[in-house]
Amino acid sequence: MRWWNKPASDTQITHGKRLWLYIVATIIMLLLVIPTFIVIPMSFSNSQYLEFPPEVWSTRWYEEYFGSAKWMRATVVSLKIGVLTMLVATPLGTMAAYALFVSGHRAARAVFVLLITPMIVPVILIAIGTFYAYGRMGLNNTITGLVLAHTALATPLVMIVITAALRSYDLNQERVARSLGATRLQAFFAITLPQIRFSVITCALLSFLTSFDEVIVAIFVSGGTTATLTKHMFSALRDFIDPTIAAISTIMVLVSTVLLLITQRIGANGKTER
Amino acid sequence: MSSDNALPIHIGGLTKKYGDLYALDSVDLDIKSGEFLTLLGPSGSGKTTLLMAIAGFNRPDSGSIRFDNQEMILTPPHRREVGMVFQSYALFPHMSVAENIAFPLKLRKVSAAETNQRVEEALHTVQLDGLGSRNIDQLSGGQRQRVALARAFVFRPRILLMDEPLSALDKKLRERMQIELKQLHRQLGVTTVYVTHDQREALTMSDRIAVINHGRLAQVDTPTSIYNRPANAFVADFIGESTMLPLEHRPDHQLTFGDQFVATVPDDNPDSQWLLVIRPERLLVADDSQGNTAAAITFGGIVKEAVFQGDSAFVLIAIDNADDIAVRFSTGSASAMANLQAGDAIAVGLLKDDIIIIPREAG
Repeated sequence: MRWWNKPASDTQITHGKRLWLYIVATIIMLLLVIPTFIVIPMSFSNSQYLEFPPEVWSTRWYEEYFGSAKWMRATVVSLKIGVLTMLVATPLGTMAAYALFVSGHRAARAVFVLLITPMIVPVILIAIGTFYAYGRMGLNNTITGLVLAHTALATPLVMIVITAALRSYDLNQERVARSLGATRLQAFFAITLPQIRFSVITCALLSFLTSFDEVIVAIFVSGGTTATLTKHMFSALRDFIDPTIAAISTIMVLVSTVLLLITQRIGANGKTER
Repeated sequence: MSSDNALPIHIGGLTKKYGDLYALDSVDLDIKSGEFLTLLGPSGSGKTTLLMAIAGFNRPDSGSIRFDNQEMILTPPHRREVGMVFQSYALFPHMSVAENIAFPLKLRKVSAAETNQRVEEALHTVQLDGLGSRNIDQLSGGQRQRVALARAFVFRPRILLMDEPLSALDKKLRERMQIELKQLHRQLGVTTVYVTHDQREALTMSDRIAVINHGRLAQVDTPTSIYNRPANAFVADFIGESTMLPLEHRPDHQLTFGDQFVATVPDDNPDSQWLLVIRPERLLVADDSQGNTAAAITFGGIVKEAVFQGDSAFVLIAIDNADDIAVRFSTGSASAMANLQAGDAIAVGLLKDDIIIIPREAG
């Protein structure tokens, strides 16, 4: 039997009859991915301008990036803010998700929705609001300000992932631990946390990525010595088209992809270990 | 049952409201030191709420819970020193069997050597010798149940609470575990409060049963008394099978069914309406033809349905002016049931000691 005559699933639909579906799905996937990956060959061009496909191949723009004090400083800022956001948003979001999950309070649902609004509200509004608020508080162009703003964006993600993890966890385990002599805090750290640890690690990586990839808020509230990599890239694109951007984009795509693959793997492990 | 292993529990006026609903409505209950007491009731009756209040997981609106003479209402769960077994077992999947059982000992900073020894002893008590290094997911349902038990008593609590611990097991295993739990209770001598909705389980295991309904105790007594002398219609109906027939209250305080005398109204009881409770297996065939019936009251009727159920046969008898009476006969070859068929005339009767009367509740 040819492959297109074989059933595609438990139903009797064959691969042949599903061919249109495969084609549509492939086109959609390509449309999603190509714009991202087109920068990779562009970054290895020798030209002064962004061009595709490159006529002469070179790593000149990578040398440019790694050799530039300005780009390096921005990268350090981005990494620093990413790590700090991860360190603040992960415990904060985990605590909020846990408290709202365990509490039977009738306001819990409303508080949850309130805390995840940064995910729903257009980021440009958050950026403008933050900019004005920070203006009064003197937080514009500070690491603290950026970390706080990015924490507000990352916390909803953490809360959603942790809440999902707690749903598949038997809270009676914590009750048992408490009846056996553990305080609430001991019970959480000894019993609950080890069982949702994969989700917590996933949240940490996602928080880092949320901050590392973020550009809109950064454009508004970062600048000077605290300008993030994304902000510098955006200004660079506006002022002059420079293939360094393509080189940096390639590196960022790589970092994001690797981190996402790690979270995927962790998620899969978490499922088999439970 | 040595009293140094166990504490009595005194519960007074315990009330817990959820919105307008009384989960517990002024419950008074004294649980004796070393006793096996079962809280029995339908779902939503408040039995789990009461257990969780004893464990410290919900705080009642008012009332008192004392262990011996110590008020516990404000004591958090981890300081109550109460062993607890949940329906879902709630074993810690990221720990081995031995680590699960050692958990309460570790919190109490028991030395490693003593911990090992006590874990071994606990494993032996629940017949799981040598399984300490297993993972939880390598255990069967019955084994998990035993680990949960071992973990609950290894730190020598003087009170043990169990919330429907056997309901996830199949029938055969459940019946074996009931006997084992009872033996374990005798061995440990610890005051045990057990929650179930299964009346047969309650009858099998308990020293006393507290029947609970709508947040109130309907009756607290030994299994025999609960079954033979139910205090009200709810208990009579919830425990065992029964047919309830309304009785006539004569001015001379006699209760009658038709023209047969059933009982005299107990002294100074204000209730005016009474029911006769008939347990199906207590009915005898009243052999009119030879007139040798020992029955105090008899019911003549027509067999409506006769069903063979293996260990017993179930017969529904239609009588005049009242509900059908359910009868259960043994199925031995000498049984009066042998050739009974629908439509046959039959008379059944109750011995004097098997007559149960209860006041009919208002509403």
